[in-house]
Amino acid sequence: MSVFSGLKFRKVSSPIHNLDPRVKFVYVCAIFVVAILFSEMLPLVILFLIQIPFVLLASVEREWLRSMRGAAFLATIIFLTNIGAAFFRDGYVLTAPSVESAVAMTLRFMVLVESFSVFFLTTSPDHLGLALEQTRVPYEFVFAFTTAVRFVPVLAEEAQTIMDAQKARGLELERGNFLKRIRNYIPILIPLIIGAIRRSLELAEAMESRAWGATKKRTNLYVLKMQRGDFVLIAITFGILVIAIYARLFVRIPTVNELLRSLP
Amino acid sequence: MIVVKDVHFTYPNGIEALKGISLTVQNGEFVAIMGQNGAGKTTLVKQFNGLLKPTKGTVLVDDVGTTKVSVATLARNVGFVFQNPDHQLFSESVEEEIAFALRNFGFKETVTKKRVTWALNLLGLTQYRKTSPFMLSGGERKRVALASILAWNPRILILDEPTIGQDYQQKEKLRQFILQMRTQRKTVIIVTHDVEFVAECNPRVLLMRDGQIIADGEATETLTDTEVLTKASIVPPQIAQIFLHLPNMKLPKNVIDVYEAREILLKTLERKSK
Repeated sequence: MSVFSGLKFRKVSSPIHNLDPRVKFVYVCAIFVVAILFSEMLPLVILFLIQIPFVLLASVEREWLRSMRGAAFLATIIFLTNIGAAFFRDGYVLTAPSVESAVAMTLRFMVLVESFSVFFLTTSPDHLGLALEQTRVPYEFVFAFTTAVRFVPVLAEEAQTIMDAQKARGLELERGNFLKRIRNYIPILIPLIIGAIRRSLELAEAMESRAWGATKKRTNLYVLKMQRGDFVLIAITFGILVIAIYARLFVRIPTVNELLRSLP
Repeated sequence: MIVVKDVHFTYPNGIEALKGISLTVQNGEFVAIMGQNGAGKTTLVKQFNGLLKPTKGTVLVDDVGTTKVSVATLARNVGFVFQNPDHQLFSESVEEEIAFALRNFGFKETVTKKRVTWALNLLGLTQYRKTSPFMLSGGERKRVALASILAWNPRILILDEPTIGQDYQQKEKLRQFILQMRTQRKTVIIVTHDVEFVAECNPRVLLMRDGQIIADGEATETLTDTEVLTKASIVPPQIAQIFLHLPNMKLPKNVIDVYEAREILLKTLERKSK
């Protein structure tokens, strides 16, 4: 669950929170692309470090650390599979390049988690909906999306209550073998799903009774407008992309091993 | 017997819901816990079956600390009926729903059958035996939830808002049922906002506010004490209001029962007419 808490938005004001979500999204996508472009360790380390000023500027260090910790488990698996595969491929020896590439693959994953985490930590669901709407996504879809995001904490709370109610009737989730344990979750999942369906129907009725969809052309109280910070981020994004593509095409990237050796 | 000693409880999000609660509930007692929303009523009763464990202090149920045993073990003696039945109903039929807990506790199949029949009968649900609980009305679902707890005959029964969505007749049945439990020396604890229901049952009343108990005593005392009632965001029962608003008639202040009130008013009127 800690991975998800690392993606949960908390309302604060910071230069990063105030950025246009569209620009932030483009930035995240650019980081994503660059992370895929390189499989060497050095550029991925740089990519990982580049994001840290954003985290600090947005002052979401604690949440960000939590999401990193949540991703640590998967990262370990990625590292072990990569190093294991290389170990067998090279004939049961560990070479410096194979360790380095395993670290690079792990870092690539961490960079992806990191950038998405920063995006979701600093973008309110409302802003995200607004961004989607202004990029001409039909309002029905936008509404469905923002509602889904908004109901996640509500559902989590409800799941807890249901778990309590069933425990009070003697349900022990940790009892039995693997299959039995999965079956133990049925008394929790059914009320949760039925509750969600019932709630969505109620929501639909409540919305219709408040004239949802009465006019085709909606107006918004808030309109997203690009500001100076947004242009700065666009410039940064563009810069990163250009440098990355140039480096990919024309520069031979040294391995960390070589760098260490070239030191006097 | 439930013994609560200086219990503090803080939720993981930092909200301090209980601030030093001490209280003893004897076997066979009937207690109503009342107070404004967010006063900590439900948090307190969740301590009694171990769903929540005290951050500080101890809760002893029949001399066993709740931190030492699992919820399932405590639940065998402490039945907890949640406020919203939809948080627990999941079976294909009412019968299966009631049998769920019995199977969890390892009752024999023959015993389970007998107890299910008994519980269905007790709450007037026999006709719905094979019906899906999701096809029932809100009040009926609530009764199924209650039946599913009563089926294993716990010695302590906790009811969170039992009267919501019940018509007068069902409330009266509930009241009769609670009285019956008392004659069997069973402990009943209800959490409620329903002042009139409490006035009719006349239990021991605990008033809570901001995670603390601000009054503890007989319903006739607590529900007529306007000062503490205001603090707990509760309006006195209507009978008490009439008596409180007739200061010139020299009526007793601590009356909440309709029949008692009728007798007193009749006597007073007779005396006046003479």
